[in-house]
Amino acid sequence: MTMSVLISNSMNKEQLPEKPCADRLQGKNFFEVRDLQKSIGDQEILRGVNLNIRKGETMVVIGRSGEGKSVFLKHLIGLMTPSAGSILVEGKELVGLKERQMRDIRRKVGILFQDGALFDSMTVAENVAFPLIELGIKDREILLQRVGEALEKVELVPHMAKMPINISGGMRKRVSLARAIIAEPQCILYDEPTSGLDPVVSESIDRLIRRMQKDLCVTSLVVTHDMNSVFRIADRVAYLREGKIYFLGTPQELRDSKDRYVRSFVEGRPVEKEDA
Amino acid sequence: MTGSLVTRFLRYQGEVALLMVETAKALVLGKVRWRLVGQQVVSIGFGSQLVVIVTGAFTGAVFAAQSYFKFSEFGMDSAVGAVVSISMCRELGPVLTGLMVAGRVGASMAAEIGTMKVTEQVDALRAMGVHPIDYLVVPRTIAIMVSMPLLVAEAIGFGMVASHITVVYGFKVPGSWYMQHVVEHTELIDISIGMIKGFVFSILIVMISCHQGLVASNGAVGVGKGTTAAVVVSSLALLVFNFFLTLILNYMSPLGPSG
Ligand SMILES: Nc1ncnc2c1ncn2[C@@H]1O[C@H](COP(=O)(O)OP(=O)(O)OP(=O)(O)O)[C@@H](O)[C@H]1O
Ligand SMILES: [Mg+2]
Repeated sequence: MTMSVLISNSMNKEQLPEKPCADRLQGKNFFEVRDLQKSIGDQEILRGVNLNIRKGETMVVIGRSGEGKSVFLKHLIGLMTPSAGSILVEGKELVGLKERQMRDIRRKVGILFQDGALFDSMTVAENVAFPLIELGIKDREILLQRVGEALEKVELVPHMAKMPINISGGMRKRVSLARAIIAEPQCILYDEPTSGLDPVVSESIDRLIRRMQKDLCVTSLVVTHDMNSVFRIADRVAYLREGKIYFLGTPQELRDSKDRYVRSFVEGRPVEKEDA
Repeated sequence: MTGSLVTRFLRYQGEVALLMVETAKALVLGKVRWRLVGQQVVSIGFGSQLVVIVTGAFTGAVFAAQSYFKFSEFGMDSAVGAVVSISMCRELGPVLTGLMVAGRVGASMAAEIGTMKVTEQVDALRAMGVHPIDYLVVPRTIAIMVSMPLLVAEAIGFGMVASHITVVYGFKVPGSWYMQHVVEHTELIDISIGMIKGFVFSILIVMISCHQGLVASNGAVGVGKGTTAAVVVSSLALLVFNFFLTLILNYMSPLGPSG
């Protein structure tokens, strides 16, 4: 699909009939996180996170820098082991599984790392093709076509032969996004997909996230600092503060919240004094 | 890092042993990526040849010269060929090749894997359901296990040729006479011992170096430390193992009047 189609379709997204997502209607959860705790050294990073992520929804996680959002995301696919707590993925316990036993869960989930984490020994195209090759797709034609499609979504087709070291930070992020979505996983974890991108590209990435949800019924978990994108993409918002989910609600509820910490984050100004 | 030096040493050994077990399991159970094995054979085996040839040749030459100086004093010129050949096959060939490969290949393994670790590329692999041992360690292990014995043989070969040139052209010893002594005192088992040692050293190098890469942390500094440690530890381990290997192999194939 070309970029212009993508844009014109999402321009009138208000008019588009919302595709019903069977699972969403049933209200099943993709992730169920119970009392998740993580300490590294003597630093308590997560202090009991409880959060359900429903199938087909776009959950946005916000929080101050260094609060543990990336750490939380890594726990969801077993890249970090929690100190305590449980994580159910489609009803199956993830905590305590061996590395090899996590494979099936991980293949259902794509992740965009905050710093891209591209393989620097491979070209952009090889990076994007990697998940497909690992799934056993060998046909060059099919690979080329799907890599082309994925790179088109992030507007990077002309750069497909470059090495990751030779493209800009924002471009690396978009390559990483293409790699996360190419195998069409059921769930995608985005760690700050739009940070470091210009407003135009940010907007198109947000639309892409929205489209993935509408068309493929993808469950999305988006970590972001960008309040504009929160209101553009979120079905629900979770505010991580001091190692716990401090606020959970719809974007509207977030806007209307009177809580001073939530207000301060949303409006981007220092927290008001207790009795102000 | 807590605990005394001894517990740290034991824990380290445990970690490397665990990596070895995991790799063996992956070799048997996992999917081997032959394309990566091929790439690694090229970079480890093919790429190390110049280093190994130069090392082997000049060691053979200098050893032959020294032996000749001393032995000719006692009129024992005929022993030079035997001494050079046995030493090259059983000790100098495998050990020096091992040390050179540890420096060249071990360092690059630790640096490459370590950089991937600290830049989250290893996590990216895991996130896509690819086991880092399958993808990173197994191809390197197969490649070095195949390459090392051949590199050792190559070093021995060039060492012998160089010793021949040195003795025959440098000191005017008759060529056929020297060759005859070499052949008389060298058996297939001597070359095999060199290659067996090379094989064992290859496992030491790849396990120690990959381990250093996989546990790297702390960015560039950590990768640098890991790389140094990979070379130092694998070189020392190689020398220690060589001593015990010599005892074991000599017990199985004794050098002496009968052997
Ligand atoms: N591997 C690690 N070892 C030690 N501490 C860590 C590690 N990873 C994260 N931390 C600590 O955990 C805390 C949370 O880090 P995290 O990267 O999750 O923050 P974040 O919420 O994603 O911030 P940002 O919005 O800036 O990306 C930080 O204080 C960090 O120092
Ligand atoms: Mg982060």
